[in-house]
Amino acid sequence: MDNLIINEGFPLLSFLIFFPLAGAVVMLFFSGDSFARYWTLAVTSITALFSIPLVSGFDPSTAKFQFVEAHNWIPRFNISYILGVDGISILLVMLTTLIMPFCVLASWRYIQKRVTPFMICLLIMETSMIGVFVALDFVLFYILWEFMLIPMYLLIAIWGGPRKVYASIKFFLYTLVGSLLLLVAIIALYLENGTFFIPAMMWQNYTITFQVLAFLAFFLAFAIKVPMFPFHTWLPAAHVEAPTAGSVILASILLKMGTYGFLRFCLPITPDATFLLAPYVLWLSIAGILYGGFTALAQNDMKKLIAYSSVGHMGFVTLGIFILNPQGLQGAIMQMINHGVTTGALFLCVGMIYERTHSRELAVAAGVGKYMPWYVTFLAFFSLSSFGFPGTNSFIGEFLVLAGTFRDNIPLALAAIPGAVLAAAYMLRLLQRVVWGGTNNPDQSYLVDLNFREIITLAPFLLFVFWIGLKPQPFIDLMNTSVVSLLDQLHSWQQQGVAMTLR
Amino acid sequence: MAILPELTLLTGALAFFVLSLYRQLESNQLKNTAVFFGFLTFITTLIAVNDQATIFFDSYKIDLYSQLFKLMIGLGLAIALVFGRHLKDIEESVRPEYYLFLFLSALGLMMLVSSVELITIFVSLELSSFALYLLVPMRSDQKGLRVQMEAGIKYILFGVMATGFMLFGMSYIFGLTGSTYLHEIVAGLQNAPQPAALFAVLMVMAGFFFKLAVFPMHFWVPDIYQGAANETTGFIATVPKLGAVALLIRIVSLSSGEDMFLIYMLMILALSSMFYGNLSALVQTDLKRLLGYSGIAHAGFILLGLLTMDPGGYAIAMYYIAGYVIMNLACFLVLCNVSQQGENLAVEDLRGLHQRQPVLAFVLAVGLFALAGIPPFVGFMGKFMLLTGALEAGGTQNLIYLAVVTLAAINTGIAIYYYLSVVRTAYTVDPGDSPAVTVDGLNKAVGIVLVVLIILMGALPAKIVAIADTAVKSIM
Repeated sequence: MDNLIINEGFPLLSFLIFFPLAGAVVMLFFSGDSFARYWTLAVTSITALFSIPLVSGFDPSTAKFQFVEAHNWIPRFNISYILGVDGISILLVMLTTLIMPFCVLASWRYIQKRVTPFMICLLIMETSMIGVFVALDFVLFYILWEFMLIPMYLLIAIWGGPRKVYASIKFFLYTLVGSLLLLVAIIALYLENGTFFIPAMMWQNYTITFQVLAFLAFFLAFAIKVPMFPFHTWLPAAHVEAPTAGSVILASILLKMGTYGFLRFCLPITPDATFLLAPYVLWLSIAGILYGGFTALAQNDMKKLIAYSSVGHMGFVTLGIFILNPQGLQGAIMQMINHGVTTGALFLCVGMIYERTHSRELAVAAGVGKYMPWYVTFLAFFSLSSFGFPGTNSFIGEFLVLAGTFRDNIPLALAAIPGAVLAAAYMLRLLQRVVWGGTNNPDQSYLVDLNFREIITLAPFLLFVFWIGLKPQPFIDLMNTSVVSLLDQLHSWQQQGVAMTLR
Repeated sequence: MAILPELTLLTGALAFFVLSLYRQLESNQLKNTAVFFGFLTFITTLIAVNDQATIFFDSYKIDLYSQLFKLMIGLGLAIALVFGRHLKDIEESVRPEYYLFLFLSALGLMMLVSSVELITIFVSLELSSFALYLLVPMRSDQKGLRVQMEAGIKYILFGVMATGFMLFGMSYIFGLTGSTYLHEIVAGLQNAPQPAALFAVLMVMAGFFFKLAVFPMHFWVPDIYQGAANETTGFIATVPKLGAVALLIRIVSLSSGEDMFLIYMLMILALSSMFYGNLSALVQTDLKRLLGYSGIAHAGFILLGLLTMDPGGYAIAMYYIAGYVIMNLACFLVLCNVSQQGENLAVEDLRGLHQRQPVLAFVLAVGLFALAGIPPFVGFMGKFMLLTGALEAGGTQNLIYLAVVTLAAINTGIAIYYYLSVVRTAYTVDPGDSPAVTVDGLNKAVGIVLVVLIILMGALPAKIVAIADTAVKSIM
């Protein structure tokens, strides 16, 4: 327990987890659509406000877990309720709390039927998403990780598009089946250590067979969530059919759980297996980058295009993680945040067009720039950000990942470069079509430009695009110590292993 | 007054016997009497929960273990009476008799969990079983097909066969040990010649495997579930399984824990039940059949707790069956209320339920997700602890246990598909011209209580498992 800084004062993390849940319970007793909207906006905003002390009180000079709360839960199996954040998770928690109010705003007009249940689902999602990032007990983590499927399933299945039933079932089955073996791995780890406390499972001497099996169980669960090629097929379906808020949550936060899982579990718990299997994961990442890029290039459905671009972007993240050097890892975490900001914003943009034209087809949205100048301004910046234009946030992330890759493995880096070019190609294609279109644009004169609410929804995303793009150092400082400490431990573990074999 | 719950049930049964003598009866009066006695039984089990006694020449033992099971039986009976009280598909003329036999069956089960002597066990089991055999054909004749008669005949024939196995095993036990008292049998079986003792224990277990619907004693389940009235199935699918688990724990603990053959046997039965139940459930269209096959799979999970041969594992099995009964009751509550005239429901008939009756749809979704083992519901916690317990019993190095646990986990994945497709029908399919569903306040309230229980038991299992632990240790 020496790597924990116990939080004696106000239980901030528990508050962040349970406040949205409490808000959802309160909503059961009230009816009225506009009440549900304002109430949910208030609850998510308060949660976002309360997450700010998390950053201001965070000590970036230590790799220990901070704001820790620990309570016994199921003594018979040594399961506890332990929460804490470190440099790896704090940015993801912030991303979650800050994005949720905008998901509510994005659903303001989009959701007309059954508003209260929709908002309840959103709040329950927030509870379990924050919980996943701060849980330090493996059972707690697993419960929240699985529980999330129910509200997300309902979000897609009830408020989704025409093929919602197919998409939601596919999403549910894929992710659930993927994490079943994770459960077995968790139990096996418990039997090795006698506890479900995650830090106590790290850096232990497991046999190499055990590590490889555990790694594979982890990998299946997390690779499906990321999603890595070839486990990505649920993603386009789910993204396309989900309502705007659902797509944003999926892209910005749910996908990050997979990569977070790699960082939190695979690297420290199964280091030897990581070294052994990293080359394969790296080449799978390259496959994802290229595959995502090429497929996105061929899409005529805007949501599908962005969904496939996610596969490519998340490929950069896994590339950065498994190259196992500081630049790569920092770049990966930055890229996780950037992808959350940029892709979230892009889905919001597509949602706004969809509310007006009731179509996601590129051809239908062609040339809206003439009637919606505000809209295309936002869209242009987000598109530039998406393919890593210098000065925007994604440039930082992708640059760090590629720099890290070049340092250690030049063929891999050369293979990843076309992915960056492809990203520019498909995003510029999207932008060109939407802003100008061609000679045969459909009649768009009925379109009205963004209203105040929509500008408010998009503006903060733009702020973060440039903030991270122009001054990334504060964000890197937050995670730096944790990243460096993780890599130090990993490399000393490797040297130790080499020394053991030489002896 | 240690046997207060049993006396209450007997009073209830006799009251219905008296009522059955009258020709003109108001159906409301009958309903209210039944619900009254149901709740009264539950309350008496609550009062009697801490009683301790040994009566009837030491053949009847009242301790925490038996009282906990009685508490669950009482709760299950009360809830089953609430949602089944309209008896939509039972003819008015036989309704008093229906309740009479229902209460007798519950009485038999309560006696069963307290019995610690072979003859008493046998008599109690038969009391509860024969009452159930009679309930099945009481369904009014639908379209002249007489499915309920077929179900009744199947039930009694299969049941009697299972009883035969059990009696055969009991005769071996008596022959080997010279006693019918369980505590003397434990000592006697230690020195008994081996294949015979094992065979005897397995034969006795077979009788209870039948009740619990463990493969290969499962074949009655789908037809009887389908043929019996919804209310009857709601009872058969839940409460008797409590008695079966209570006795299986007692009998498994008779054998010495070292016996690997028994453990492997249980493993094979557990996995066969899970795979058979889940794979067959995938193709079902009748809701009751689907729940029946899912029950076979859940019986397999219970065996995972038994094969640990450890009080901790038995305690988790107890926790799991309690959770299973509650989840299943939630599903049957919805089923009985959605069914308009007591007809069988296909999965299709639930379409758009969340628009027709949001509360019921919610109860159904929670019940099914819990059965599927999604956190934070009781089904997940139970499965998780069963898997952990089973892996713990074998140790991480034991690949056989690891394989069993992995296959069990994979079964959860198979199962989710059919549970999810029911939820999907209720939540995403357009209701079309399906009739509106009316549900009275008491049913709604009970539904909410079940949901709360499912969530609370799943979120805070520590206390319950600890109590079950003490209870199980007291009978070892």
